[in-house]
Amino acid sequence: MLSLAAHQGASVAEKITKDCPLAIRGLTVSYGQKPAVFSVDMTVQPGAMTAIIGPNGAGKSTLLKAALGIVSPLSGQVSVFGEPLEKQRARIAYVPQRASVDWDFPTRVIDVVLMGLSRELGLLGRVRARHMSRAMDCLNRVGMRDFADRQIGQLSGGQQQRVFLARALAQDADLYLLDEPFAGVDAATEKAIIAVLKSLKEAGKTVVVVHHDLATVTDYFDHVFLINTRKVAEGTVAEAFIAETLQSAYGGRLATAQIDQISRALG
Amino acid sequence: MSGEEFVPLSLTPLLIGTFAAIACALPGNFLVLRKQALIGDAISHVVLPGIVVAFLLTGTISTWPMMLGAAGAAVVAVVLIEAVRRLGQIEAGAAMGVVFTTMFAAGVLLLEQTDTSTVHLDVEHALYGNLESLIWLDAVGWSSVLDPVALAGLPPELPRIALTLLGVSVFVWLFWRPLKISTFDEGFARTIGVRTGVLGMALVITAAIAAVAAFDAVGSIIVIAMFICPPAAARMMTNRLETQIAWSIIFAILSAVSGYVLAGYGPLWLGAADAVSAAGMIATMSGLILALTALWGPCRTRAGAPGTA
Repeated sequence: MLSLAAHQGASVAEKITKDCPLAIRGLTVSYGQKPAVFSVDMTVQPGAMTAIIGPNGAGKSTLLKAALGIVSPLSGQVSVFGEPLEKQRARIAYVPQRASVDWDFPTRVIDVVLMGLSRELGLLGRVRARHMSRAMDCLNRVGMRDFADRQIGQLSGGQQQRVFLARALAQDADLYLLDEPFAGVDAATEKAIIAVLKSLKEAGKTVVVVHHDLATVTDYFDHVFLINTRKVAEGTVAEAFIAETLQSAYGGRLATAQIDQISRALG
Repeated sequence: MSGEEFVPLSLTPLLIGTFAAIACALPGNFLVLRKQALIGDAISHVVLPGIVVAFLLTGTISTWPMMLGAAGAAVVAVVLIEAVRRLGQIEAGAAMGVVFTTMFAAGVLLLEQTDTSTVHLDVEHALYGNLESLIWLDAVGWSSVLDPVALAGLPPELPRIALTLLGVSVFVWLFWRPLKISTFDEGFARTIGVRTGVLGMALVITAAIAAVAAFDAVGSIIVIAMFICPPAAARMMTNRLETQIAWSIIFAILSAVSGYVLAGYGPLWLGAADAVSAAGMIATMSGLILALTALWGPCRTRAGAPGTA
């Protein structure tokens, strides 16, 4: 299986250039008997805001985690800016699902943001005034400056999500990967997060978001990637976010009325 | 108490007890936060087959083969726990339970089947240790601390546990940042290049080494208590990991010293004739400290618990 994957990878390798922030080829991930992601190809457009959408259990988060090397794929290739992931880690920032960590962990908001600087700090590097001011700037961008000294468990869900985003900003990356950043957050937080993501896009960064709210896709994103274990569609919102692909990705799970609504919204 | 009495009889057991307590409490902070605190319990059980195998191979009960056997068994157990957890896709606690009971049972069978009746390999010694017997008979007073001849007669457990404590401290100091990040958010740690699997294994092996060294000197009761009680009590005192580590060291020292003193003199003060087990009293004190912090510690309310934001 490995040799097959390597062969497949080699045949497409020349098409992936340094401009491509994230290219996935033939990715299959399985947690048990059934694959969570099966033979998926994905090519993320530079400078775009891409939504990964699909029904629950469609492998959206798994795709992201495999792209980041958090879970090991059975087969497939991931290249980041044209190179293997390990060589380009410094250019990636990741925002995990908020519920994936224990917020009772004994640490302050500012310490979490400083974790975003740990590649720079190394094992024993001291946190200096310039690191501190950078971390505070990042908190400021998500409107959390006044919470720097709070214990993270004292924050609301939306505030926790903003702290995670601030940590990603501190990483000062070129490719931002976010897993369900809008899940269970208040409206003010959703607004704040989307404003930050749009500013990243304006600065030429690439943003990929696992997203669950179909109603906001057209407002927030310019590209979509539809997945239901296998890839369903990929392209600009106008190309790929259409009734046929949604029906195909969600099957019976998406009410026809909803699809009609989205189709109308798309004109 | 005068130096002539204190130095030979009490100084070394106090130091050994304190060093053992800190050596276990330090990695215990991370194990408790990772919900792996039971690993101390697991290790203190799995060393039995290691010790028996070491005895069978060498035919003696000298310390180094025993400790190597114990450490070897601890490492085997750690690898087995990880393997059971991954292959069986079950939670860590269940994997530990399966591995340590099986290995302990195998140790009991091995012990029964071999002729160990002539040697001293009894359960009581393993549980309570022999802290009170680790005396320094060559010492005549405080002046002996600088006397090379007297120092040569120190119980070997003291330099051994001191070295272990040094090793554990260096590990925690050197890998502080990745340990903290991967304990809080393993996924994120992976994305910034931390090898979380290797680091997690290194943490558990460090804990195993601390456990085996402490086990040899003070018995398994202290080991199990010190992995959990001082870190858990420290968590109730602060919301910062740095401060939590400091409190856990303070609580470890407090338990060791107060436990040792109370075991030696408490019964006399109460009018009883005999002293009680120092190991038992140290573990009891650590439990008492945990209870007090759980009742009155400033940070005992968990995030997300009912009644909090």
